[in-house]
Amino acid sequence: MNNATTSTPRRTVIPFGPQHPVLPEPLHLRLVLEDEKVVEAQPAVGYIHRGIEKLAEVKDFQQNVFLLEHVCGICSFIHALAYCQGIEELMGVEVPARARYLRVVWSELNRLHSHLLWLGLLADAFGFESLFMQIWRARERVLDLEEQTAGARIMLSTCTIGGVRRDLSAEQVGQVLRGLDELEREFDMFVPVVIKDATVKERLCGVGVLTQRQAQELGAVGPVARASGIARDLRVTGYAAYGELGVNPVIETDGDCYARTLVRVRELYQSLLLLRKALRHMPDSPIAVAVKGKPEGEVVMRVEQPRGEVMYYLKANGTATLERVRVRTPTFANLPALLAILPGCELADVPVITLSIDPCVSCTER
Amino acid sequence: MLHNVTEVSAESLRDTIAARFPQGYRFITLTCVDGGATWELLYHFDRNYELSHVRVRVPKGAVVPSISGIYACAALVENEVQDLFGVTFEGLTVNYERRFMLAVEAPLAPMVRTPVAQAAARAGEMRM
Repeated sequence: MNNATTSTPRRTVIPFGPQHPVLPEPLHLRLVLEDEKVVEAQPAVGYIHRGIEKLAEVKDFQQNVFLLEHVCGICSFIHALAYCQGIEELMGVEVPARARYLRVVWSELNRLHSHLLWLGLLADAFGFESLFMQIWRARERVLDLEEQTAGARIMLSTCTIGGVRRDLSAEQVGQVLRGLDELEREFDMFVPVVIKDATVKERLCGVGVLTQRQAQELGAVGPVARASGIARDLRVTGYAAYGELGVNPVIETDGDCYARTLVRVRELYQSLLLLRKALRHMPDSPIAVAVKGKPEGEVVMRVEQPRGEVMYYLKANGTATLERVRVRTPTFANLPALLAILPGCELADVPVITLSIDPCVSCTER
Repeated sequence: MLHNVTEVSAESLRDTIAARFPQGYRFITLTCVDGGATWELLYHFDRNYELSHVRVRVPKGAVVPSISGIYACAALVENEVQDLFGVTFEGLTVNYERRFMLAVEAPLAPMVRTPVAQAAARAGEMRM
């Protein structure tokens, strides 16, 4: 009699992260394995907890714009945008039209940057290094565009309460439009590889499936939810200038790693479209209005980051400092979905599945 | 400004939240605010892009019913609030015992402005 076929597999617990070759950020999971199969995953959050929410109660409400940008180095502008929109609602500030369009421009450059960074890392995670380099070359062009328009590549610091801090000249608009054309040519070179190559599909198709029902019940957001057939994208609500520009959520229905990749790849082209529209139809107006007084009251503001919905809760009391600044980032919302799709997968698939939710630990732990 | 806020007691919190789940409300997150003598817990929901909130105020030191048995995704944020504010949740499906967000050597409840003992004294003064 062969005991090996009837005995219960022994369970092993292994740490995945916070320092792991495949992880760009220090996510930490404790994986419970039976042989090579994951049976349970537990997150361990807090490795880079910085206490930004606490600090935001000490800084004044204007300084917080710069502080909250530092929640994330990839979508820095969009954090500042969510916060500024919240304060503007509390203070009844109407942002000039040109500033709203410029906010779309920098938001979509952040989205391009984020999706390209993620796509390159994914290629690296499944060992396709030449693809990784092609994608990150395109990402470099996006950073150049951010530098040309904002004067910085990561922390743009162009958003302010009441508008934006920089304008674009006609010459700069032309430069960015030409840059977008170059970017699109680069996308057209590597995107067919991402979506058609057999080795890529082998690693992504049918792996880490999140059903629509799971996505809804677990509160998934952004491309993770949209890849499971949930048509939710906060840009549809029309904040900044998205209402004038028009946004249709990109959705896929298979819910696997491949579907999440397709959503982000299609969103690259969507961002190009939105950027061109915003740049070509940008109205003439001032770029900011003077803000007087102090905020008072409570507000919840939500915007769509590259990874999904970010939510800011602000409570102000009529003084220069806020009583409470709460940030719920999209990766925090997608962690329950990740924990649901990991059990049952092979250990070798854990890096790709984990990356497929595009985890941003800097955001998550704040 | 905040609209669609339902104020409930701690006793009716679970029933109120449980009624939302089958109606398709998505749980966004939980915000804890230090209200001096009380904790103010604000549960945020979304349905078709419309926000709504459930607010419960409890004295500091009181135990708050966990909603993680209704919305599984609430377990992580309840652990975060437990770590950063020292609120105790009863019935948490996964309990990190105040070491979810904070390292073992980190001080407990760093977000608290008014410590529990001070809050109890203040509540006593208010009753006198």
